Amino acid sequence: MQIKLSALTIHEAQDLLAQGETSSLELTTAIFERMAVVEPKVAAYITENKEQALIQAAEADAMRARGEGGALCGIPLAIKDVICTKGLRTTAGSRILENFIPPYDATVMEKLQGQGAVCVGKASMDEFAMGSGNENCAYGTPHNPWNLDHICGGSSGGSAAAVAADECMASLGSDTGGSIRQPASHCGMVGLKPTYGRVSRFGLLAFASSLDQIGPITKDVRDAAIMLNAIAGYDPRDSTSAQVDIPDYTKALVTGLDGLTVGVPEEYFGAGLDPEVEKVIRHGIDQLKAAGAQIKTVSLPHTEYGVAAYYIIAPAEASSNLARYDGVRYGRRDMKADSLIELYKRSRSQGFGDEVKRRILIGTYALSSGYYDAYYKKASQVRTLIVEDYRQAFSACDVLVSPVTPTPAWKIGEKASDPLSVYLSDLLTIPANLAGVPGMSVPCGFSAAGLPIGLQIQGSHFSEETLLKVAYNLEQGLHIVGKKPIL
Amino acid sequence: MFDLGGAEKTLKKRNTMSISKEEVMKVANLARLELSLEEAESMTGQLSTILGYVAKLDEIDCRDIAPTTHVLAIENAFRADEMKPSLSQQEALANAPLQNGEAFVVPRII
Repeated sequence: MQIKLSALTIHEAQDLLAQGETSSLELTTAIFERMAVVEPKVAAYITENKEQALIQAAEADAMRARGEGGALCGIPLAIKDVICTKGLRTTAGSRILENFIPPYDATVMEKLQGQGAVCVGKASMDEFAMGSGNENCAYGTPHNPWNLDHICGGSSGGSAAAVAADECMASLGSDTGGSIRQPASHCGMVGLKPTYGRVSRFGLLAFASSLDQIGPITKDVRDAAIMLNAIAGYDPRDSTSAQVDIPDYTKALVTGLDGLTVGVPEEYFGAGLDPEVEKVIRHGIDQLKAAGAQIKTVSLPHTEYGVAAYYIIAPAEASSNLARYDGVRYGRRDMKADSLIELYKRSRSQGFGDEVKRRILIGTYALSSGYYDAYYKKASQVRTLIVEDYRQAFSACDVLVSPVTPTPAWKIGEKASDPLSVYLSDLLTIPANLAGVPGMSVPCGFSAAGLPIGLQIQGSHFSEETLLKVAYNLEQGLHIVGKKPIL
Repeated sequence: MFDLGGAEKTLKKRNTMSISKEEVMKVANLARLELSLEEAESMTGQLSTILGYVAKLDEIDCRDIAPTTHVLAIENAFRADEMKPSLSQQEALANAPLQNGEAFVVPRII
């Protein structure tokens, strides 16, 4: 049987590389051959990096021959276009950064390259990571590989679609309110948002700094552990990164959940949850029970306030972070402006898309004189209540298990005129960002129409090992990994 | 319990406390954005809807609750004050849309 190289997981490719059965150059070439076939349909990338990737692959093969390189040596990866890649255009999905060539690498890129990983391209995303369907990208909307009429999710939509379509072996995304977990769920992939501070944000173009976190999207749970091993850790260049020991996450992948208590938060199964999603998730919970876990209903009473608090806090931070795009040091500039204020206004108005403008306006309003207490302060107080909800829940259970989203992926364009209904679709992923806890999406089943449905696992701060263990047992119980979309 | 239908109903009720077009224009000026009349109209409607929903937070009495701005207990992340390699002038200027080889160029200010 001929092995389809582009379809391999990271750990399968590692085995073949170790045995000398393939090379990084072969793997990387296979990925670009696959891209040539499916990218016209999926549109997962903003920028392909073929020339450099083939050079990196040859270097990785040389590293391996010398007995050097890390676990990801020679593995072709996609990187969300919000993570700075030295010398490789980084747009954040925005016109304002159409020509931006970062002069430095993000810490996660240094770590991946240190291992010898190959960057095949910059994945599509909602502009500045603001969106849930990847429909706010200035360079086009990617399509869900399972059904091209549907969104692949967002904001890391391209990162999820590229993995699902075998256009890379794994990818990096970023998650501010669900942007790794939601697209992973919609594309049938594994997505992991680490604890806030687990992974350095240095070189991640900032959206909402108290919520943003980088993490992997992969084909299976083992690959997620391998990727987290590569990118986790304290970084002196990110003062919010945590000085907490990093285990070998692949060691957490053991069968059996005896002694583990899984909490099922009742608020996550409220009215508005698609019955198909509920059925799939309940089936997943049964698998965890069969693996030995004790199942317990728990309550996180402030869940319903998460979206409202988030849509004050995230835009407030964004309005401040995005002030740097002023047409002076980098990015788009209106060359005709003859005063500084005109230069700012015109450059920003031409460069930003509607959703970004909308959030800058909300954020500026919420922070403006006279409204600060009513909006930003209030939202920050509600954030405390949400943090407290989690603390209470984790005194009664080890992990929380729920849907990732209330519905499977919607049709492209369906919610174009209704931003609030898009915001509300993130109500099950937002609380984890507000509390900084890790969250994971694991493929759990499909809707009748054949769209993937993911199960969310959340844990207390720095409990990624437990999340991975639960995810691994779910994966073992379900046997749906390896099912591929037909493209 | 989350109830998307219910949320939309609450919202319509609250829409009375909406933001005006003049306020939107004022905020746009603070944010250094220029909105066309059409943009200002549609943003006013959308912002009113969103702020109407956000007013849901008023259901909670927060008087004695401390705000959270950071979820991890990291305080004073100090480092030694040492010289380290940094971007060269040319690298720092490389992405500037207008520069003169030494500095960023902006319209005359004074």
